[in-house]
Amino acid sequence: MKRSEKKLYTIDNPKKSNLLTFFAFLFCIYTLLPYVWLFINATKTQKDFASTFGLSFGSEFALFDNIRQVFTYHDGIFVRWLGNSLLYTVISAFVSTLLAALAGYALAKLKFSGKRLVLLIILGSISVPGIALAIPQFLLFSKMGITNTVWSVFIPSFVSPFGVYLMWIFSGQAVPTGLLEAAEIDGSGPWRTFFKISLPLLSPALVTVFLFAFVPVWNNFFLPLIMLKNSDLYPLTLGLYQWNLANSSAGGNGEMIQNLVLTGALLTILPLIIAFLCLQKYWQSGLSLGAEKG
Amino acid sequence: MEKQTVKKSRHHRRKQTGWMFIAPFGILFIFVFIIPIIYSIYISLFQNKLVGGQVFVGLANYKKLLTDGDFWDGVKRVMLYTIIQVPVMLIISQALALGLDSLRLHGTKFIRIVAFLPYGVPAIVSTLMWGFMLGTKYGLFKNINSFFGTDLNPFSPRWTLVSIAIMATWTYVGYNMLIFYSSLKTIPSDLYESAEMDGASRWAIVRYIKLPALKGSLVVTIIFSIIGSFQLFNEPTILSKMVGNSGITNYYTPNIYVYNLAFTGSQQGYAAALAIVMAIITIAIAYVVQIKGLKDTMKQSEEG
Repeated sequence: MKRSEKKLYTIDNPKKSNLLTFFAFLFCIYTLLPYVWLFINATKTQKDFASTFGLSFGSEFALFDNIRQVFTYHDGIFVRWLGNSLLYTVISAFVSTLLAALAGYALAKLKFSGKRLVLLIILGSISVPGIALAIPQFLLFSKMGITNTVWSVFIPSFVSPFGVYLMWIFSGQAVPTGLLEAAEIDGSGPWRTFFKISLPLLSPALVTVFLFAFVPVWNNFFLPLIMLKNSDLYPLTLGLYQWNLANSSAGGNGEMIQNLVLTGALLTILPLIIAFLCLQKYWQSGLSLGAEKG
Repeated sequence: MEKQTVKKSRHHRRKQTGWMFIAPFGILFIFVFIIPIIYSIYISLFQNKLVGGQVFVGLANYKKLLTDGDFWDGVKRVMLYTIIQVPVMLIISQALALGLDSLRLHGTKFIRIVAFLPYGVPAIVSTLMWGFMLGTKYGLFKNINSFFGTDLNPFSPRWTLVSIAIMATWTYVGYNMLIFYSSLKTIPSDLYESAEMDGASRWAIVRYIKLPALKGSLVVTIIFSIIGSFQLFNEPTILSKMVGNSGITNYYTPNIYVYNLAFTGSQQGYAAALAIVMAIITIAIAYVVQIKGLKDTMKQSEEG
C-alpha cells in the first residue's frame, strides 16, 4: 500500500480482472446451484415437486407446512433423529478433542520412551481406509453385544488420529517449552501444568480440532449403516436415507414423501452452514497445518 | 548423591506421565484400530462353509480374489475414476486458490466461503440434491430432454460415474482449495517484492514462486483424495436406490462389493481379504506419491 502513490496497482493491490472474476463466478454457480435447487424444492408440495420446473417455485409456498410435516411424520421420528445426531456428534467431538489434546500435547511436549514409535503408528493410521476396519469392528462389537447400541457409533468416533496429528503440531507451536520448565521449577505437576497453562494456550486449536471432529460424525453414513438396525437410534443421515428408500420402494401405490425428504435435507445442512459461516477462521488454521506437513 | 536420585526419580515420573497422557487415546486406539486390523487378517484365513461353519482355509481367500472378475471390475472402475477425478478437482482447486491469492478477483471472501460450504454437506444430502436436480424424472434433464427432444440421462450406465465425479468434486474442491490457499499465504511477502523489482511478470511469479510453494500441500491433497476416491461408497449406494438402471451393481466399487459380501452375503472372511488387499493397494499408492513428492522437493532444493 505504501507504494501505491508511485504506482496505482501493485502486487499488494493489483487491478481486478473481470475475466478471472467471470470464471470464478461460473464456479460459484456450480457450488451454489444445488442449494438453490434444494431450497426451492423444499418449498413445494409433493404434487408441485413432481410436476413443476426444478428451478422455479411451485403453485403454493409450502415450506412451513413441509417443516411441520417433517417434524410430525411417523410420530416425530425426525426430531428423534435430530436429537441422536446432536448427541452422537457433540459427545464424540468433545471426547475425541479431549483425548487428542492429551495425546498430541504429550507427543509434542513431554519426554517419554517409545514416543517416536507412537507418533509413527498414529500418523500411519490416518491412511488406513475405513472399510478395512469396519468389518472387524462390526464383528468384535457384535461379539461384545454392543452393535445396535449408541456405543457402536460412539467408540469408533472417539478416536481421531487426525485430531492427534493437529494437536501435536498446534502444541509444538503454541506452547513455549520455557513456560513449561518454569512451571515445573515452581513445583507444578504435569497435569496441573497441562490444565492451567497449556490448555488455555491451546484453546483456539481446540475449537479447530473440535470442528474437524464434528463434521465427519455429523455426516457419517457408513458406520451407523453397518452398526445400527433399530431406526430409533439412527442419526439424521441414515434417517433421510430410510425415508428416501421408502420413496423408491413405494413405486406407484405407496405414499410419496419426497417433499419431506428434501425439507429434511435442508434442515440437516442448515446448522452446519451456520456453523461454517460463524467459525471460518478456525477452519483456515486447521487446513493451513494440513498444508504444511507431508 | 541425594540430589541426583531426586532428579532421576522426577525424570522417571515424567516418563510415566507421558504415557498417562497418551493412555486414554491409546487404549481406544488399540481397541478400534490395532485389534480390528489383526482380527481382520485372522478372519481372512477362514471361510464360512455350509457344513462345518468357519473353516480355516489358509490363503484360499486371497487366491480366490486374484481371479474374481467382479472385484477387479470394481478396482478398475475406481482407478479410472481416481485418475480423472482427482487431477481435475485438484487443478480447479489450485486455480481457485491462485485466483484468490492474486487478489485480482472481485468478492474474494465470498468465493472462499461459498467454495468451502459443500464440505459440510453429508453425502446423503449431496446425492439427493444432485440426483434429483439432474435426474430425468424430476430434474433438469427432464426439461432438457423435453425441450430438445433428446434422450440424455446423466444416470445411465455410461454416464453415472461422470455424474458421481461431479458430485464428489463439488464436495471437496473447496476443501482442497483452502489447503492450497493456506500454503500460498505462508509465502513471505519480500519474495514477491524482490521478484517485482527484478521485473518478473505475473505468470513468472506463479510459475517460479507460487506453484513450487504448493508442492507440499499437493502431495498431501493427492494422497487424501486417492484414499477417498478408492473408498467410493456413499454416493453410488444412495444413488442406486434413487434411480433405476443406473448401472450401479452390487460390485460397482470394491467397497460396495466388500459391504455386500460381509453384511448381506455373510462371507466375512472373503470380504476381509478383499478389504485388506484394497488397503494395501491404497497405502502403496499413497506411499509412492509421498516418495515421489519428497524426491521432487529434494531435487528442487538442490537446484535452487
